[in-house]
Amino acid sequence: MGKIFKFQQDVDTDQIIASQYLLFPTIDEMKAYTFESLDPEFAGKVQPGDYVVASENFGCGSSREQAPSVLKALGVKAVIAKSFARIFYRNSINIGLPVIVCKDLHENVNQGDEMELSMQEGIVRVNGKEYECTKLPVYMQGILDQGGLIASLNKED
Amino acid sequence: MGATIIEKIIGNNTKKEVKPGDIVTVHVDRVMIHDIFIPFVASKFEEMGFTKLYDADKVVLIYDHLVPASQVDDTRHFRVGNEFVEKYDIKNIHRSDGICHQLMTEAGYVKPGNIVFGTDSHTTTYGCVGAFSSGIGYTEMASILGTGTMWVRVPETIKVNIKGKLPENVMAKDIILKLIGDLGADGATYKALEFAGDTIDDMSVSSRMSMANMAIEAGAKCALFTPDEKTAEYCEIELTDRERDLVGDADAQYCRVIEYRAEDFVPVMACPSNVDNVKPVSELVGKEIDQVFIGSCTNGRLEDLMAAAQVLQGKKVAPFVKLIITPASRKIYNQAVENGTMAVLAGAGAMVTHPSCGLCCGRAGGILTDGETVVATNNRNFLGRMGTSKVGIYLASPKTAAACAVAGKIVEPE
Repeated sequence: MGKIFKFQQDVDTDQIIASQYLLFPTIDEMKAYTFESLDPEFAGKVQPGDYVVASENFGCGSSREQAPSVLKALGVKAVIAKSFARIFYRNSINIGLPVIVCKDLHENVNQGDEMELSMQEGIVRVNGKEYECTKLPVYMQGILDQGGLIASLNKED
Repeated sequence: MGATIIEKIIGNNTKKEVKPGDIVTVHVDRVMIHDIFIPFVASKFEEMGFTKLYDADKVVLIYDHLVPASQVDDTRHFRVGNEFVEKYDIKNIHRSDGICHQLMTEAGYVKPGNIVFGTDSHTTTYGCVGAFSSGIGYTEMASILGTGTMWVRVPETIKVNIKGKLPENVMAKDIILKLIGDLGADGATYKALEFAGDTIDDMSVSSRMSMANMAIEAGAKCALFTPDEKTAEYCEIELTDRERDLVGDADAQYCRVIEYRAEDFVPVMACPSNVDNVKPVSELVGKEIDQVFIGSCTNGRLEDLMAAAQVLQGKKVAPFVKLIITPASRKIYNQAVENGTMAVLAGAGAMVTHPSCGLCCGRAGGILTDGETVVATNNRNFLGRMGTSKVGIYLASPKTAAACAVAGKIVEPE
């Protein structure tokens, strides 16, 4: 089980990690500033195994892979949104951060609720209820299962 | 059955018929990496165990976001980039020639029908010459550097037809902002935008660039314009039959078709702090402003500077307003000097800076603070992009921006 951190629609990559922090040499140095403009205490509060739940178009804006990377570095287990922006979605899978679309979850949960996600089943369990997610295409789930693109490429070799 | 432009480009590349939803592996014709992400691309490339590039000629490295360095840490990116270039024998490197998305077509790296990826979301720009181009992250880029290939899902296409003659005070920027407002910030997610109609035929390649550049702001994977004689002249090529055929067939399948009459467009702005929060300038008139920025990969081209100069001719920027103008490339800078545009801009009181991304990414002179308002010609007005998160950023065309600079408040251009 992990706690839910809830966000609204059109959360852009500048809001996930602002551009002034992209010049830090490592993701570990950046991660303290995750969601700084929306919830400055996020990085201090989130625990490994927690979830980010958002509405439509999560991760819109720039191509910065640092956006999914800081979430993964903070231990966020998965991002569940009503929809994702294309580059964020692809980057997340490439670095091995689970992302999944769930149309009904956002309205029915609150910040701090305890939830559990099974990527394989495509099911979220929270507050005694189950919500069905849109499962990833097999190709993408395959990359994710291997831990991302680097692991996947190394395995092909 | 007919095909859309994106289906033809991917089909030509993979040598088989494709349809939306197919996942296929394409051979990448060119890639672009810029200064912000080169350290991460370099480290991922080696983490993947690659020891050489698939094809060094296909790789273009451009320093633009951090040029010239404004903070000591920025220089690390140039050092890492220079080391990478030397180690892997990359010849296509630009250290101070302008913005990546301008240089990719201007310097001839992208041709009609190409498939190109870049480590920047505005890589959609090269659709202006009929190329399939899109933004990716640095891990994916490192993978292409080693393999020369990438998997893509063939996107559905939204067709946008625009017919008629645009009003004098309307620019291509107003069209794309209006479309983004109509579609919403995720209205074209995972999809291709395909533009057609006589208004588009009459447009310069520069104007098509402004529109393709902003396709990502509606979530689109790419934007596509059919290559024509203007494209051929711009790219300094003769079009082949295959390039001429990059047109959406009459019986192609579109997930949506949108029609506009050019005469209906008016000057618009994207209001804080979402690009799809689009309103007619006439509804915003009178709002006082502190700064105007004309530049970026969206609107830093010669025709943009000339449009601004036309408005600024014989006038002065309002007291207390700072007008910052940043040409998109050195070539454009020089052309603007040669044809007298620069003298008009400087004479009106503009601060003209070196070609680079400049204020668009909030890393150069001109950042703003709480409560200040800027009218800007770039592509994003997200919170905190040009200073603190309490700066109001209004996106507009160069004509509108220049008119606002003179008035010291939001006004419609004549």
